[in-house]
Amino acid sequence: MSEPEQSQCKSLLIFLSDFVDGNLSEELCQEIECHTAECEHCRIVVDTLRKTITLYHECADEPAEISDELRSHLFKTLNLEDYMEK
Amino acid sequence: MDKSKAEISIEALRVGDRREFARLVDAYSGPLYRLALKMLGNATDAEDALQNTFLKAFQHVDQFEGRSSLSTWLYRIASNEALMQLRKRRPETTFSDISVEDDEEQNYDPVQLTDWPSLPEEELLSAEARTMLDHAIEHLPEKLRIVFVLRDIEDLSIQETSQVLGLSETAVKTRLLRARLRLREELSSYYGDRLIKRSKK
Repeated sequence: MSEPEQSQCKSLLIFLSDFVDGNLSEELCQEIECHTAECEHCRIVVDTLRKTITLYHECADEPAEISDELRSHLFKTLNLEDYMEK
Repeated sequence: MDKSKAEISIEALRVGDRREFARLVDAYSGPLYRLALKMLGNATDAEDALQNTFLKAFQHVDQFEGRSSLSTWLYRIASNEALMQLRKRRPETTFSDISVEDDEEQNYDPVQLTDWPSLPEEELLSAEARTMLDHAIEHLPEKLRIVFVLRDIEDLSIQETSQVLGLSETAVKTRLLRARLRLREELSSYYGDRLIKRSKK
C-alpha cells in the first residue's frame, strides 16, 4: 500500500460506522466505495465490520425474555405477586 | 421489548397503580435484563441490577417528566445500575481504567485483516461462537460497552443512546465506532482461526 493510500485509509476510518449504518452522504459513500474497490485492506475492514454488527443484531433479534423463575422472584421482591398474570 | 404491552399509562404509574407496575415489569424486564447481563457478564449481578432498576423506577416515577420516552428513562436507570455495580467491583482500579479508556490517542487502526465473512452461517453463529461474541463484549471498556449494547444490541438510535447516557451524539458516535472496531478485531482473530482450520481439513 502506498503512503497516499494509507493516509486515505486512515481518514476514511472515522466514517465507517455511519457508512455501514447507511447514514452517510451520497458523496462520502461514493468516495468510500471507490476507495474500497481499489484497496483490499479497507474492503476487508468494511466487510468484516459490517458482518460484526450483523452477527450481534442476529443474536439480539432473538426475544429478550427472563425465565419464569426470575419473573416470579422479581414480582415477589417488588411486592407485585397479586398482579402477576399467568 | 414486548410492543403489545408497551402502552403503559404514566398517569396510572404516578398514582401508584400496582397492576400497571406489574405490566411495566412484564413489558420491560426482558430487554433490561439483557442489557444488565451484557454489561455485567453474570446472571446474579444482572438480576440484582434488574431488581434495583424497577425499585428505583417505582420510587422515582413522580420525577419522570416525559421529556424522554418511558423506555429511554428505564434504560437510563438500568444503565446507571449496571455501571454502578461495575465500579463497586473494582474501586481500587477505577482510576487507571478510566485513564486508559479516556486515552484519545489509543490506536484503533485495524490490525486483523482476515476476510472471514464467507464462513458458513452455522459456523459464524455456533454455540462456541456465541460465547465468544459475549466474551468480546465483556472485554470492551465499560464506556464503550454501554454504548455498543444500547445501540447495537438494544437497537436504540444514536439520539436515544445519547439521551440515556447524557452524552452528545458526537460522543456516542465516537464511542460506538471504537467499540465496533475493537469487536471487529476480536471477531477477526477468532473467525480467522476458524478459516485456517477449515482450509486444513
